[in-house]
Amino acid sequence: MRFLRPIVAAFAGILLGFLVTLLAGENPLKVFAVLAQSAFGSPYDFGMTIFYATPLIFTGLSVAIAFKAGLFNIGAEGQLTMGALACAAVGIFFPELSPLVAIPLGIFMAFVGGSLYGFVPGYFLVKRGSHEVITTIMLNFIAAALSSWVALNLIPNPASQNPESRPVGNAFLLERYSFFQDAPVTAALFLAIFVVGVCAFLLRKTYLGFSLKACGENASASEYGGISTSRTKILAMVLAGGLAGLVGVVEIMGNSGRFRLDFSPGYGFTGIAVAFLARSEPLAIVPAALLFGALHKGTLDLDFEFSNMSRDLALVLQALIILSLSADGLWSKLIKSRAKPPQNSKSIKEGKS
Amino acid sequence: MELEAFESAIIASLRAALPLICAAMGGLLSERSGVVNISLEGKLIVGAFAGACIAALTNSAWVGFLGGAGAGALLSLLYAVFVIHFKANQIVAGTAINLLAMGFVPFLSKIFYSDTARTPQLPLEARFEFFPYLFVALIVILIKVWMKYSVSGLWVLFAGEKPAALESSGVSVVKVRYFSLLFCGLLAGAGGATLSLFLSSSYTRNMTAGRGFMALAALILGKWRPIPTALACLFFAFADVLQGKLQGVVLFGERPLPVQFVQMLPYVVTLIVLTGFVGRAKPPAALGSS
Repeated sequence: MRFLRPIVAAFAGILLGFLVTLLAGENPLKVFAVLAQSAFGSPYDFGMTIFYATPLIFTGLSVAIAFKAGLFNIGAEGQLTMGALACAAVGIFFPELSPLVAIPLGIFMAFVGGSLYGFVPGYFLVKRGSHEVITTIMLNFIAAALSSWVALNLIPNPASQNPESRPVGNAFLLERYSFFQDAPVTAALFLAIFVVGVCAFLLRKTYLGFSLKACGENASASEYGGISTSRTKILAMVLAGGLAGLVGVVEIMGNSGRFRLDFSPGYGFTGIAVAFLARSEPLAIVPAALLFGALHKGTLDLDFEFSNMSRDLALVLQALIILSLSADGLWSKLIKSRAKPPQNSKSIKEGKS
Repeated sequence: MELEAFESAIIASLRAALPLICAAMGGLLSERSGVVNISLEGKLIVGAFAGACIAALTNSAWVGFLGGAGAGALLSLLYAVFVIHFKANQIVAGTAINLLAMGFVPFLSKIFYSDTARTPQLPLEARFEFFPYLFVALIVILIKVWMKYSVSGLWVLFAGEKPAALESSGVSVVKVRYFSLLFCGLLAGAGGATLSLFLSSSYTRNMTAGRGFMALAALILGKWRPIPTALACLFFAFADVLQGKLQGVVLFGERPLPVQFVQMLPYVVTLIVLTGFVGRAKPPAALGSS
């Protein structure tokens, strides 16, 4: 049942989304065919789907880890911006390094940039009691402005008209796999899968993972049991920030080789949908990210294929999937036999009611 | 700055504050009744779009304004059904509602006008000249008086502070929250309509530019009280206008002042308030509980 519900809900959301296309006077089946063709039709298309899914694995994990600790990380968008900025900065300032040093350093900086930015709301939450949802929303806007200033004033690219930074040193660039033709699929994908494994291990087998989950399930009980919830919450946000920051690896080292303003088509927000669909289970994040990556890539072609349809259908689909997943009450009404949830359980905790 | 420039900046800020105040007042009703509302942005978007469409269709700013408010209310009711009835997490559902508005509006725009970016330019007679100022001033005062002196205003406050007490006095918390969200949607939708019918002459994509979140910030800065919230909106609008005026202006030395720092000012101020270093903000006690 636990595994079935998100799948059914996602399916219901997608179904509703395709019904929306009736409004445009199009046959939903035809739209679906175009979507599938555009997402998986050729090695290049599939490569682009993977390219969009990889950042979603990181942001999905970021939101999921915070969920586990009972926190809501809306700030993945800002954290990934800072991670990408840090990654680009190190590549710009040290272009001459050997790849053996450069690649781990780039990954490390992306993680550190994001985690520092995750630390801020964590610290404010614990020390000042400021709700992480609002602080991370504010920090998203601050990150956008701050990164724009850094990229355009401190490391600008005088050779380009686009709002972007200078390119990073060649040593920082990851090789694209030729199988996917020109699609930027690189070792960043395997980094993502590796990090999924690390997170799964962390949550299941380590003290930190245990304290994260305990803190999310029942903060006062875990405090009583000797777990410092303040320390755990800060650590959870630091980890969440770092995971989101790793998106920088995909973008800077795997794709454009420079910091472009607004490079993210909302990876941080889609990450919420990914984590939610995956019920915050690290291993389930991969298929969930692939689904949303495919939706993103698939809808990109709608503008060309249909005269009265646009790629924005992706957002509608995302919204409907999240809504149908979030309707806890509706689901328990539909499934009468389900046991009542305990009184004090908050649905925010991975939404398992 | 010269006096004239200063005057024009003040007027520009007043104008820019209108959609913010509308959205923030909507957010105030919702949050005072105990429902977190991060979906103000979505309501502004649908309000702006529906307002522009309907005004273009009927050639009347008034009908457009009502249409915008109505569209905001519809979206808000959808949100209400999910968070109140289906017990969806308020932040998750709010995020979804924002996404829905961000996706559905350009989707419809493409169907209506074969363009996701903008609606047709409105003629002068289908735009407002003065009315939104009046509307906003009236709304702020009305909400202030209503919350303080009326029984139903008190119900809203109780729904946000001690829902159990309200329930035991025979008033349905669910109903109070439904009505609060309905009015929240009306106001935020109207705010969106002022954006497309007064601040500009059509709906353009991304025209809300995070104003819904800024309204939320103003609500916190104003500590969930009507008049301070409206003042906070004015302050944010002023920062917004200043940022436009400071573009390329050289203040110190030879480098122009970075506009990005003016841009982030409202959010930094809100963050400082949130962290309680300057006058701590205390939310309604039952905020977010369902």
